Amino acid sequence: MILVWLLIVLIVGGLAALAAGSWSANASRWVSILTFLIGLAIGLYLWVTHADAVTVAQTGGWIVRFKVPWIPRFGIDFQLGLDGLSLMLIMLSLFLGLVSVITSWSEIREQVGFFHFNLVWTLAGTLGVFMALDLFLFFAFWEAMLVPMYFLIALWGHENRRYAANKFFLFTFGSGLLMLVAIIALATIHFADTGTLTFDYFALLGTKMSATAAAFTMLGFFLAFAVKLPAVPFHTWLPDAHTEAPTAGSVILAGVLLKTGAYGLYRFAVPLFPEAAMNFAPIAMTLAVISILYGGIVAFGQSDLKRLVAYTSVSHLGFVLLAVYASNVLALQGGVLVMMAHGITTGALFMLVGALQERTHTREMSRMGGLWPHLPRMAGIGMFFAIAALGLPGLSNFVGELMSLLGTFRASMGFASAAALGLIVAVIYSLYWMQRVFQGPTGTQIEVAGLSDFGARELGTMAAMVIITIWIGVYPQPIIDILDPALTGMRETITVTMMSEG
Amino acid sequence: MATDQSLVIALLPEIVSGTFLTKQLLALLPEIILGAFVLIVMLAVAFYRHHGVTFALTLLGLALALLSLPFAMAVSPQRVTPLFVIDGYALFYAGLVLAAAFATALLMFAYFRARSGRAEELYILLLLASLGAMNLAASSNLASLFLSLELLSVALFAMIAYRATQLRPLEAGIKYLFMAGVSSAFLLFGIALLYARIGTLTFGILASRLSALDLGTEPTVLAGLVMIVVGLGFKISVIPFHMWTPDVYQGAPAPVSGFLASVSKSAAIAVLLRTFIAAGSIHVGPLFLVLNLIAIASMVAGNLLALLQDDVKRILAYSSIAHLGYIFVAFLIGGHFAVEAVTFYMATYVIMILGAFGVVSVVSRPADGAEEQTRLNDYAGLFWRRPWLATAFTLALLSLAGIPLTIGFIGKFYLFTAGVRDALWPALTALILGSVIGLFYYLRVIAAMARRPDEEAEPITTHAGLAGACALFIITIVLVGLGVYPAVLIDLIRISAGHIVGLS
Repeated sequence: MILVWLLIVLIVGGLAALAAGSWSANASRWVSILTFLIGLAIGLYLWVTHADAVTVAQTGGWIVRFKVPWIPRFGIDFQLGLDGLSLMLIMLSLFLGLVSVITSWSEIREQVGFFHFNLVWTLAGTLGVFMALDLFLFFAFWEAMLVPMYFLIALWGHENRRYAANKFFLFTFGSGLLMLVAIIALATIHFADTGTLTFDYFALLGTKMSATAAAFTMLGFFLAFAVKLPAVPFHTWLPDAHTEAPTAGSVILAGVLLKTGAYGLYRFAVPLFPEAAMNFAPIAMTLAVISILYGGIVAFGQSDLKRLVAYTSVSHLGFVLLAVYASNVLALQGGVLVMMAHGITTGALFMLVGALQERTHTREMSRMGGLWPHLPRMAGIGMFFAIAALGLPGLSNFVGELMSLLGTFRASMGFASAAALGLIVAVIYSLYWMQRVFQGPTGTQIEVAGLSDFGARELGTMAAMVIITIWIGVYPQPIIDILDPALTGMRETITVTMMSEG
Repeated sequence: MATDQSLVIALLPEIVSGTFLTKQLLALLPEIILGAFVLIVMLAVAFYRHHGVTFALTLLGLALALLSLPFAMAVSPQRVTPLFVIDGYALFYAGLVLAAAFATALLMFAYFRARSGRAEELYILLLLASLGAMNLAASSNLASLFLSLELLSVALFAMIAYRATQLRPLEAGIKYLFMAGVSSAFLLFGIALLYARIGTLTFGILASRLSALDLGTEPTVLAGLVMIVVGLGFKISVIPFHMWTPDVYQGAPAPVSGFLASVSKSAAIAVLLRTFIAAGSIHVGPLFLVLNLIAIASMVAGNLLALLQDDVKRILAYSSIAHLGYIFVAFLIGGHFAVEAVTFYMATYVIMILGAFGVVSVVSRPADGAEEQTRLNDYAGLFWRRPWLATAFTLALLSLAGIPLTIGFIGKFYLFTAGVRDALWPALTALILGSVIGLFYYLRVIAAMARRPDEEAEPITTHAGLAGACALFIITIVLVGLGVYPAVLIDLIRISAGHIVGLS
């Protein structure tokens, strides 16, 4: 029931933010902050009370589950469940939600209530995605979260916002329909086999089906998740959406929405069709390596700073895709750590870009340059997150990328070696943009005199993100502890299914 | 007709004792009430012409007819003369038609009160058309099918052209008249061909005799069936019988367009479903192919054509073509699940299209002689000016697009399930493609509403009034409520429409 309360808190919080918005803009902001804080408190409570990995392992990694019938005609339940993987992603989402509210404090001035309503409801939708254990419910959340996100981009975005918002919605919606067909096909096959129509995740695990049926069904899921992740060649919506979205929208998109794609691969695409997924692994891992390298190289070629950061997401999420299909616990843990690290560092970078744009009114790097003496705090923080993103040991990204590469190395030396080249590309583009924006001669086209550096509100947020980055980089063990039973359980399900079929 | 006579003979004792008649009358109660109110409203208009009174009487008639449905349900299934059969299926569609007519009456009141001119006769026509639609769903004979369809169509000509001082409605009325004439001709010819070869007009007997024939070697029968599809195809405006739709929808007063899209289509679909599924002839090779092609063409072309429109009513018209194509996907599978899926989607569609046209009828300049404001640009900034109205429209459009938490999604889910069950991959591909294109133009409308209001532009005027606001509020609540908890409607359909005479 606590999971339902978590959703209710966000749903009611969104409505309250909308209502408060008609009264005063700040009231709406504070209501959203309060909502996320309550959510985080619930998450922390669950984490602390279930930090003991041993008891959790006995339940197959599940911390809490909740199930009531919803549409009995089709055997659809309202079923939620939380394991370490879901919990970590939920904590990340709520934290980034909090950050988004703070970062849009001065950026969003129109229709503040409706903005926060959309922000909170987008996160309510993603939380639903991370918790749903009924495939129908999962799909409902998957599509429902698009609508508020669409409005965030279409109403408060930059110049090309409507084009970007449409592209984002259409890509995700179209690939989502393929997944819907796959979900129904899976349930129908299960029905033909057992005589029970159900969309229950646990019932559908290990459904017996022909190799062809499994391959096509798996592909339906994979496409939806690969678009969301995004993996090359399905990534073209991402640079537009990220660039045109308001800062808070970019933070949520990169930090949270992309993770739903990764989560789908972890939870559904591989465990539901283990054999088909293993056969597909070489293709998926090839796509992953291409994403890592291509994303990095294209990022290097951008002149728009926000677009550059957007493309780095393609590169970073490539490591997650690689880890999923390497399919051993080490790689899977590494993948989750990459997600957490990417969420924090990319979120921070988007905030930095947003702050730069607010001050200099441009995102073009060619018009910036030499800003360090004028904006020393921003420059320092920017440097910190740039080197975190390029994978400096001791900071968060390094741990995740190293673990996923190590795990991949066990599965395939070739892919691991190729993917490791991505680390070099990351160094190049990270240092390159630092140099162009903050170092060198001061850009002539910008009025540097009146530039104001980060204030207390922004510094405080950044400090929290810096601390988390260092914490994950130095001592990731608490996260690994809570993840371990969930991911081990997942591996065991896969092995059991494959044994019984093979 | 021999079997019909033997049926009468078999029932003779009951007829003599009178219980049969009581049951039949009870089964017909909704139709009788509606028929009576046609007369009452007509007399009321003749003696005391008052918009409010006429409106109230109409609502009363529709409400009483709705309330009488459970009584009719209690005695169903009941054969009433050889022409009609009152079963759960007919009663569900009757309820759908009555509820839609109720909403239309509310919207019409708001629409015509804001305009000068007399509107009282419109309510008589509304009741007549609803009566025709209800009878259509209950028809069990090709003759009653034809008569009911004409009752519906003739009332609709006048409703469409009701603002006869204006050019657009008049043009639309004439177009609809011609179209209805052509479709009736096809229908009659088809019926005649069937009768010539098979010798009966009753559905049940038709089905048993059809199943004994090998249609591959029976060109007359096949031609007859296809002509019936063509005739009804004009009514539900699937491609290639769609040409009239956008013009008529655009020209008719907005509440009437909504009525046309919801009631007229659902009644035609109801009878089409009964004819073909109860007749068991859906899987006949060539016919199946024809229906399949109609479905795919409607889904793809309907959506593509909607993309090119700049008028909200035309967008909704083309999208209605696509939606009927979607329904055909479920139609194609045949059997009980087809009845359930088609009925569910039809109910879904009625709710969402009434919501959409409801908003359109409220967003219009009430000035005399002016055109309705239906261009996309007229909707610019609606979100900032009329947030609630824009929210209602957005929800209706998202539902049409099939986004979760609206009823449209559950409808889509039914269609996808139907398609996957019978492995109709080409139709499913068209369904996915159509849905994506569809989303794009629904988003265009939503994006237009979200655009920052242009300061120079003349602000749009809205005049919902209490009646219009009530209608939109109820429709929106139902749209979201059933989207979140659809089990209510699913159960209702299974206990009512699931009982269709002639399908075991």
